[in-house]
Amino acid sequence: MGRFIIRRVLWLILVLFVVLLITFILMHLVPGGPWDREKALAPKVIEALNKRYGLDLPLWRQFVNYAWGVLHGDLGISYSYSDRTVVSILAHGIPKTATLGILAFVVAQAIGIPFGVAAALKQNSAVDYASVLFSTVFASIPGFVLGILLIVLFAVVLHWLPTSGWGSIQQLIMPVFCLAALPAAQSARITRASTLDVMRQDYVRTARSKGIMESTVRVRHIFRNSLIPVVTVAGPELANLITGSFIIENLFAIPGVGRLFVQGIFARDYTLIMGGVLFYAITIALLNLVVDILYAAIDPRIRYE
Amino acid sequence: MAVEINTPVVFERPPHTLWGDAIIRLRRNYFAMGGLAFIILLSLAAICAPLITHYGFADQHLDQILQGPSAQHWMGTDQLGRDTFARLLYGARTSLAVGIFTQFIVIVIGLPIGAIAGYAGGRVDNYIMRFVDVMYAFPDILLIILLRSVLGGSIYMLFLAIGLVAWVNISRLVRGQLMALKSRDFVSAAKAMGGMGPYITWRHLLPNALGPIIISITFNIPRAIFTEAALSYIGIGVKPPTPSWGAMIQDGFNLIFSKPYMLLFPAIALALLMLAFTFLGDGLRDALDPKMRR
Repeated sequence: MGRFIIRRVLWLILVLFVVLLITFILMHLVPGGPWDREKALAPKVIEALNKRYGLDLPLWRQFVNYAWGVLHGDLGISYSYSDRTVVSILAHGIPKTATLGILAFVVAQAIGIPFGVAAALKQNSAVDYASVLFSTVFASIPGFVLGILLIVLFAVVLHWLPTSGWGSIQQLIMPVFCLAALPAAQSARITRASTLDVMRQDYVRTARSKGIMESTVRVRHIFRNSLIPVVTVAGPELANLITGSFIIENLFAIPGVGRLFVQGIFARDYTLIMGGVLFYAITIALLNLVVDILYAAIDPRIRYE
Repeated sequence: MAVEINTPVVFERPPHTLWGDAIIRLRRNYFAMGGLAFIILLSLAAICAPLITHYGFADQHLDQILQGPSAQHWMGTDQLGRDTFARLLYGARTSLAVGIFTQFIVIVIGLPIGAIAGYAGGRVDNYIMRFVDVMYAFPDILLIILLRSVLGGSIYMLFLAIGLVAWVNISRLVRGQLMALKSRDFVSAAKAMGGMGPYITWRHLLPNALGPIIISITFNIPRAIFTEAALSYIGIGVKPPTPSWGAMIQDGFNLIFSKPYMLLFPAIALALLMLAFTFLGDGLRDALDPKMRR
């Protein structure tokens, strides 16, 4: 297990390096530069700025300098926010994006798993059909369309909730729900399918025939085993929530990493874009690693050599 | 009653093929057929848009801006006096084109790469899969945004940007299918008869993997449509005046308090189209893979 984790972490570092390299190349292929303004800057000024930010060096030197900085926890200075470091900008965005993502994840599992289990235990009942229908609908409606429908209903028509912003609990309700809808639906579908599968296993029949109470069979034998596929998708789901929230952040004007990233693209803020990609790539990779470890903890049949 | 034992009993059963069975199962699924019907109707409406409405998608009627739904403008007009219904119909062309053309790119790139990795195996497979791992490490939609800024503004480049990111799923799927099929007896038989790699892949392996590929593509289409709408909503999708549901949502969002219906029509259209593809995809999965059926 220890060797497995070390190997995965080493591989992860290599992948992150390649991700950075690809992003770096793509970014420098984008026409235009960070000093493009409505009113063109004087060539002398641009020259001085390039010198200051090291943009006059050959590209490979720029990349080496950047990668060296990353290893020291220095993501460079943002070009569009005057003189703020990318680390400090991201440090402002990450708590918001993370709060949003984690809350949405918790809400999604709290709704999805019970509905999935209930649907499976009462297969072909009204509960089951309702659960399948709702999960299909919420799995296919895009988050921002749902967000718009919610805004129209709760902010425009009913005036119950504020349309956008960050800071109060009321402002969190709609964005969290929009983000949670899709993973809740996915969890419900997966939980239902895996519970139905587990219920037909021989060990469940054996447990019942031993005379164990039905509630114990359900919790200990059915529920625990049916969670394995749910955990498998939980990592990618949380990663999707954190990386995919940029459109919800834009819709609800939440100053998270996603919004910063999109603004960075528009402003050709190279260092901010790189910082954003790095943050997202690390998040995805770490979550996948955590899931693999959790997986082995839940299912003793799984062993990593 | 004595049974005639010297006349053989013939069991009459019409011959059923795999695909024939699948079509029968699909037809019984009302949700899937409803989804398919919606997609076909919308495609026809999009193609025949000039016959359905006499307004163009870019015609500005500056004396009739921001009107509510009426007999003249079924879904009202926007801030430039453009007919919302006409823009919705022509916008469907954009959405459907994105859905279909990106899948062409995905197949052209993803199928051969997945087939090579799956059939060749060994070192080739290892290299290809390491590259796929790197692609997976990127956040999809952010990579599309980056590619979008590299490739430039035309709609074809948008197809390309989405396709260049989305092929990974298909190649993984094809690889997995081929690896599983490769060790089956009918493949060994084909090899024993002297079949070459490409021939076996094309004639035996890919046709058997076709079901999962079709299902995967059916689910990929709405994802591509969603991506285009999301990008256009942020303002980096298709360029105006090309109508796009995402861009219409953005236009309407600025006027959400005074004219909420401007936003509702494209938002509902997008939701319905995504739903139609999901129902169809679910139906296809149940029909093509009865083992998966619950």
